[in-house]
Amino acid sequence: MKHTLSVLVENEPGALSRITGLFSGRGFNIESLCVAPTLDHTMSHLTLVTSGDEYIIEQIIKQLNRLVDVYKVVDVSEGEFVEREMALIKVRAEDETRAEVLRMCDIFRCKVVDVSPKTYTIEVTGPESKLKAVMELLKPIGIKEITRTGTIAIQREKKTV
Amino acid sequence: MTKLPGKQMVVEALKREGVDVVFGFPGGAIIDVYDAMEKDGSIKHVLVRHEQGATHAADGYARATGKVGVCIATSGPGATNTVTGIATAYMDSIPMVVFTGQVPTSLIGNDAFQEVDIVGITRPCTKHNYLVKDVHKLPTILKEAFYIASSGRPGPVLIDLPKDIQNQVAEFDYPDKIKLRSYNPVVEPHTRQIERAFRLIEKSKQPIIYAGGGVIIANAHKELRKLAESIYAPVTMTLMGLGGFPGTHEQSLGMLGMHGTYCANMAMANTDLIIAVGARFDDRVTGKIEAFAPNASIIHIDIDPTSIQKNVKVDVPIVGDCRRALKKLVRVIEEDGRPQEVWKEKFQPWWDQIRAWEARHPLTYKKEPGVIKPQYVIEKLYELTKGKAIITTEVGQNQMWTAQFYKFDEPRTLLTSGGLGTMGYGFPAAIGAQMAFPNKLVVDVAGDGSIQMCIQEMATAMEQKLPVKIIILNNQFLGMVRQWQELFYDRRYAATEFSVTPDFVKLAEAYGAKGFRATKPEEVEDTLKKGLETDCLTIMEFAIAREEGVFPMVPAGKATTEMLLV
Ligand SMILES: Cc1ncc(C[n+]2csc(CCOP(=O)(O)OP(=O)(O)O)c2C)c(N)n1
Repeated sequence: MKHTLSVLVENEPGALSRITGLFSGRGFNIESLCVAPTLDHTMSHLTLVTSGDEYIIEQIIKQLNRLVDVYKVVDVSEGEFVEREMALIKVRAEDETRAEVLRMCDIFRCKVVDVSPKTYTIEVTGPESKLKAVMELLKPIGIKEITRTGTIAIQREKKTV
Repeated sequence: MTKLPGKQMVVEALKREGVDVVFGFPGGAIIDVYDAMEKDGSIKHVLVRHEQGATHAADGYARATGKVGVCIATSGPGATNTVTGIATAYMDSIPMVVFTGQVPTSLIGNDAFQEVDIVGITRPCTKHNYLVKDVHKLPTILKEAFYIASSGRPGPVLIDLPKDIQNQVAEFDYPDKIKLRSYNPVVEPHTRQIERAFRLIEKSKQPIIYAGGGVIIANAHKELRKLAESIYAPVTMTLMGLGGFPGTHEQSLGMLGMHGTYCANMAMANTDLIIAVGARFDDRVTGKIEAFAPNASIIHIDIDPTSIQKNVKVDVPIVGDCRRALKKLVRVIEEDGRPQEVWKEKFQPWWDQIRAWEARHPLTYKKEPGVIKPQYVIEKLYELTKGKAIITTEVGQNQMWTAQFYKFDEPRTLLTSGGLGTMGYGFPAAIGAQMAFPNKLVVDVAGDGSIQMCIQEMATAMEQKLPVKIIILNNQFLGMVRQWQELFYDRRYAATEFSVTPDFVKLAEAYGAKGFRATKPEEVEDTLKKGLETDCLTIMEFAIAREEGVFPMVPAGKATTEMLLV
């Protein structure tokens, strides 16, 4: 099963490498990893997508907590959460397909962020499933290049008081 | 407040942490710290002959005393030579602080002379490590290092000190106490969990206490004994746990696992309740995991949450310091008020079964006329030292025979590399222990293979006038590997036979130490007596039965009940 972990870690040199080293050294999976600063400049925030049965996930969380630099680990996928990923996709857009690509952008609410005579670069944001759908549909037209941010996630607040 | 250069901060911190001895080997990148130590003059430095020796000596000092062991090395090759010792300490949760020199910060990353990324190299085998890039942070880093090394589940911490940082000056404001927002080991066990544990004990008909190195690290041996005696439960120990409960106690079943006693392994296989204390269900203990203790509920006390539920499913996890947890558990038992006799009677059928296993296959070996059996040497060593020596071991058969035939009654009297199984550990560790306890008898039980891995430290022991005793059980084989080849590889002895071994008696003499040799069983006792009575470094070499094996043995990957017996 897939799990999305939200990790707060001291903004120290080597902290990220301790975390990735832990995953490779103990044979855990990293499906995606996204790191960015937080409001508090002494901390970094990491969103990590991993997979495994409940025992493996329990171990991953405990092992992360054991690292001296790790402040907090939350398995956001345990409850309600919002996840988003962004991809930039450079797709072939020649005479006969240019309109088709734009139509698809429209349906999926993607943005065209760069245009050249033979390509469009489009920006797509959403849960991973949406990115996958867009990529599937664009593939036959011809994807030249793609970059993805990896998933970020946040827990939903309770809807009732 | 005083301003100090980095090198002097290191010396000051050592003093404030109560460090009285450090083990090390100098070089260009650490020469400034050495100079500061020399000028200060209050810290004893033991110059080793190889940095691996320094790490094991610091580790042996830490295991024998419970204090943080400290060692120092230079950059590059000096630093890489510490890695085996750091990993050894890491696997056995030994508190240690390692200082390494580093090239100046301006050269880091340039493949400078003797530059190596030791912080990167040791990241997976230290509890934490630091590359100091700002001298202002050094006082805090020094304090943190000692605190992290010795708190929670202890472990080695490395501080890499670039040469320029050693000479830069800053305020030396050494904190008395430190609080880290991201590091707060749980020490106080949850009372509700303790109560749940008691309910399982109440329900149990066939309990067993399974004690590991955590008992010794937490100084919980008295509390463990109280628990065991108050409910009259049998106790088995891991290699690391030996001495955590008296080996001569009537409730001790001895060591369990791959070379554990028949009785301990049968009891573990048939128990309905395992009370695990500071042990981690390592593969050498569980054997084939699917067949491990099939009917048992498990209570697991450990300070490290990652140890719990890592290899086996646990019914009552108790995270916290072993000593506090045991104290609480004993209190609950006392409040319950049942006297020992009631428990004893309740567990009588279980004890009858255990005594029957004990009688069926006690720990034993076959005597043969004319050849020295290694087990006999250890038995005699036990008799002559009355079980009072600090024993270190190397790795292999020598280690297992020691664990089986020397009865450890006190904690911190067996120093052995359990987790990593590092050949070459025992002798430098004995040097560390002897530095801590100059008047105690310290004996390294070695194989002829392992002893040659750190034999250079003979010079260190002579220089420090340390009367360490080395017992070499010489089978002219890498015995433990040979035993596997004999049993599982049709006796093809690939690369396990030594055709050249030094004359250990002459070698001892070459270093100015004493050497004795026994080649017949009749000579064993005399040789031991002579060797143990000397006041200097001494080698006692015993030419043992070359193809003697260690039994019982659970073949790797088999169930622990599938033991090969004598
Ligand atoms: C540094 C290191 N290298 C290799 C091994 C693998 N190993 C385990 S036991 C053993 C044999 C040890 O031989 P010896 O020291 O003569 O002891 P014996 O088993 O004969 O008592 C070896 C090679 C090890 N544990 N450590």
